[in-house]
Amino acid sequence: MPDASRKVEINCTVNGERQTLHAYPMARLLDALREELRLTGTKEGCGEGECGACSVLVDGALVNSCLVPVLQVEGAEIKTIEGIASSEQLHAVQQAFITCGGAQCGICTPGMIIAAVNLLERTPEPNEAEIRTGLAGNLCRCTGYMRIFEAVVHACQSTEAKS
Amino acid sequence: MHIVGKAVPRKEGRDKVTGQARYIDDLHFPEMLYGTTIRSPVARGRIKNISFAGDIPWDEFVVVTAKDIPGENAVALILLDQPFLAEEFVNHPEEPILLLAHPDKYLLEEARRNVQLEIEPLPAIFSLDDSVNKKEIIWGEDNVFKSFHVEKGNVDEVWESADFIVEGEYRTGAQEQLYIENNGVIAIASPEDGVTVWGSMQCPYYIHKALLKLFNLPEDKIRVVQVETGGGFGGKEEYPSMIAGHAALLAWKSGRPVKIVYDRAEDMAATTKRHPSWTKHRTAVTRDGKLLGMEIDFVVDGGAYATLSAVVLSRGTIHAAGPYFCQNVRIKSRAVATNVPPHGAFRGFGAPQSIFALERHLNKVARTLGLSPEEFRRRNFIQEGQTTATNQVIHEKVDMDGLMNRAFELTDYHAKQKRFAEQNPTSRQKKGIGFASFMHGAGFTGSGEKYLESVVGAEATVEGRVRILAASTEIGQGTNTIFAQIASEALNLDYDSIEVAKPDTGNVPNSGPTVASRTTMIVGKLVESAVLGLKQTLISSGLLKENYTQADFAGACRSYIEQHGALKSSSKYKAPPGINWDDEKYEGDAYGAFAWAVYVAEVTVDTVTYEARVDDFLALQEVGKVIHPVLAAGQIEGGVAQGIGYTLFEKVVWKDGRMINNQMTNYIIPTAADIPPLRVFFEENPYLYGPAGAKGIGELPMDGPAPAILNAIEHATGMSINYIPLMPESLLEILGGERA
Repeated sequence: MPDASRKVEINCTVNGERQTLHAYPMARLLDALREELRLTGTKEGCGEGECGACSVLVDGALVNSCLVPVLQVEGAEIKTIEGIASSEQLHAVQQAFITCGGAQCGICTPGMIIAAVNLLERTPEPNEAEIRTGLAGNLCRCTGYMRIFEAVVHACQSTEAKS
Repeated sequence: MHIVGKAVPRKEGRDKVTGQARYIDDLHFPEMLYGTTIRSPVARGRIKNISFAGDIPWDEFVVVTAKDIPGENAVALILLDQPFLAEEFVNHPEEPILLLAHPDKYLLEEARRNVQLEIEPLPAIFSLDDSVNKKEIIWGEDNVFKSFHVEKGNVDEVWESADFIVEGEYRTGAQEQLYIENNGVIAIASPEDGVTVWGSMQCPYYIHKALLKLFNLPEDKIRVVQVETGGGFGGKEEYPSMIAGHAALLAWKSGRPVKIVYDRAEDMAATTKRHPSWTKHRTAVTRDGKLLGMEIDFVVDGGAYATLSAVVLSRGTIHAAGPYFCQNVRIKSRAVATNVPPHGAFRGFGAPQSIFALERHLNKVARTLGLSPEEFRRRNFIQEGQTTATNQVIHEKVDMDGLMNRAFELTDYHAKQKRFAEQNPTSRQKKGIGFASFMHGAGFTGSGEKYLESVVGAEATVEGRVRILAASTEIGQGTNTIFAQIASEALNLDYDSIEVAKPDTGNVPNSGPTVASRTTMIVGKLVESAVLGLKQTLISSGLLKENYTQADFAGACRSYIEQHGALKSSSKYKAPPGINWDDEKYEGDAYGAFAWAVYVAEVTVDTVTYEARVDDFLALQEVGKVIHPVLAAGQIEGGVAQGIGYTLFEKVVWKDGRMINNQMTNYIIPTAADIPPLRVFFEENPYLYGPAGAKGIGELPMDGPAPAILNAIEHATGMSINYIPLMPESLLEILGGERA
C-alpha cells in the first residue's frame, strides 16, 4: 500500500492517449481529470455518487469518477466526454441530444451522454424500461428526461440507418 | 422564411454535448486563491469571539470579516437588512460570518474546520405558526416582512346569503432548486481597477447593484459577467449577489483572483429554497355551484431576512384566486420571518403555493355541493371581459372550458374515472385521476416592468451579422436560441446570422433579471423592436428597400457602417396600452398576459407499500405563439418533473432551522426511472404584444402538478390530503390509520 500522503505516478490511457498522473493515491479520479489533465467536461454535481454528472468509462464500465480513487485506474483505459466525438464528427448520441432537445443547461449532459453511450454499447436497441434504468443514475433537473429518452431512441435509429 | 415555430438547433448545443462548454468551476486564473465561508452553527445569537485554532499556518491565509468591508455591509435587493457578513448578531444557521482564502483548497478546508466561533444563543423561531403568533419577535416589530390586501366587491355581505360556506387549510413545504451545477464565482478586485466577477447566475445586474453598495464604487468600476450556467430555476436569482460579494471581498484584500465554488452540502444548507406556506380558504357558494365570495389568508415563511419575499408574496397573492370569476374576493397575505436561511426565488415564485391551496380547496367545495370537481369549475371559469381578483379585465380570448374538454379527451378522463372507481375496491393498487386548472401571469407583477425600464440593444457588423445585446441569461431554457429566432423572423434573415452577446454588464444594457417568465415575452419583444430599429435605420438612410435578401441586408450594413460608423439600435420597455396598476390598492392589471392551463395526473397508490406513483401526466396550455416547439415542451416537461418532485419526493428535513438532509443521497429528486410519460400539448392564441405573439411559459408548469396529483390521490383513496410533500410515511399514517 503506498503512502497516502505522498503523490504517486499512475499510468493510464485517457481518450486514447497515454497519460501519467501525479496524484495522492486517494485523490478522486474526477479531480485528476479536471485539474491535472484539464478535461473539464466531466462535472461535479454532488461529490457522493448520486447525480452522475461525473460519469466516465473505465475499461468500458460506467463509473462515477467522484467515487474512484485515482490509484484504481493504474493501467486502465478511461474515456471522458472529450473522447466521445471523433474529431469534428459528433457521436450519434451527441447529435441526437442536439436534435431532440436532450440538453438544456448542459451540466448533466456530459455524464448523461456517457451513460447513454454505455447503455447502447451494452444494449444496442434498448426498450423504454431499459433506457430508464440505464439512465437512472444520472440526474437531470431541467428536462424531465423525456427528450433525453427520445434522444437515445433517435441515436439508435440514426446508427441503424447508417449501418 | 418563417423561423418562429421551428425547432432550430440550440445555439450553444454543440459545446454542451461535447464537454466544451465552460462553467465557472472549469475556469482557472493564474495566481488564483480558493475562498471559503465560515458560517454560523446556531440559528440566532450574539457573536462573542472568533479564534483561529489548530496547527494551521494562519499567516498564509487571507481573512475577511465585516470590518474589512469598504462600503455598506448589506446585500442590496429590496431592503438592506441582510449583511454580507454578520458582525454582532446572527439570525439563521449557516449565516456567513467570516471568509478565508488560500491557494491550496485542501488546506483551506482544514483551516475552515479550525475557526472557532463563540456565539451566545438567543431564542429562535422556526415555524410559520411561531412567527405569526409572535412567540418571539425576530424581525422588525411584528415579524412581518410584507403584507398585501386585495379587496374586490363586498365579501362581508356574502356569508349570510350563501347556501354553503366551505373552509379549508392547506400547507406546502420548502423545496430545494437543486440545479446540478452548484453556485460559484471568480472575482478580481482592486481599488484602482474596481471589481470584476464571473459566475453562475441569472441576473448580472442584481449582482452589479449589490457590489456597488458593498464597495461604494462608481458604476463603471463594477463589471459582472455570466459564464455558462448549469441551471437556476430561481436559485441563482438573488443568492449569487452574496457569493459574488464574498469572492470580491477576498480578492480586494488579497489582490489576487479568488474562486468560491460551493460543494453540494453547502449549497443545499446555506442557499435559498422555495417558501413554505399555509393558506386558509373560506368560500361562499350558491346551491347551483356559483362562487359568491372568497376569503383567502395566505402566509409564506421568508426566513431570516427580507430578500425577495415581498415579491414572492405578491405573485402568490395575485394567483391565489385562480382563473375563476368571483365578484367578491378578499385576499390577505403576509411574508413572515423565521430563523432559517432566507427562502427565495424558485420557479413559480409563490404561485405554486397558493394555486395548490386553491385547486385542492375547490375540490372540497365541489364535494360539499355534490358536484364533480369538473362541473363546479366549469360554472365559474373566468370569461373574456370578466375580472380577476385584482379587478383586471381579461381582454384576451380565454377558453378554460375548451382546454378542459381537450385535456379530458387526451387523457380519456371520464372513462378512466369510471373504470378506476370500479376496480379500486378489489385491488391493492388504487388508481386515481385528477386535474388542476390554473393560470400564470408572465412578466413582473403590477408596475414592476414599468419600474425596471428594461433595455435591449442590437448592432450589425459589416458582414451583415446581427448581434443582440441583453443581460438576459441563458441558463438552459433557451434564451440565446429564442432571441435569435425572434430577430431572424423580424428581419427575415438567416438564424445563423444572428448572434447573442454574452451577458456582461460592461457590454450589454440592463434588460432586467432572468426571472418571472419574462425573457421571451417581455425581453423578446424588446429584441424584436431593437433589431427592427436596425432595419429602419438602413431603410431611412436609403440603403435598403422593404423587400430585401440576406445579401442586400449585408450590403446595406457595409455601406452604412462605412459612411456613418457603427450601426446600432436599442429599445426600451413601454407598457402595452391599457395596462394600469394601483400599488396602493393592489388593484388593476397585474400582468400583461396570462398563460392558461389544465393539467391531468393519473396515479397509483399502493396500499401495502404506501407509495404514490404518477403513471401518466398531461400538460395542456395556451401560451400564445410557441416560438420553439422543442424548447417550449422542454420547459413544460422540466417544470412538471420539478412539480412531481415537489409533491411526492422532495422533503426538506429541518432541525433547529437547519436543513439536515442537505445531500442528494437523502433529498430525493425524481430520476429517469420515476418520471411518468409527460405529454405536453399547446393551444396557440397569439398575444398581440408578445414577440411573434408569444407569452411567457417558464414558471407555469410548476403550478399544476401538486394539486392535480393530490386531487388524483383523493380520487384513488377517498382521502383528502391538504399538504405537500406527501411522503410514503404520511400515506402510511393516513391510509394505515384508516384501515386499523
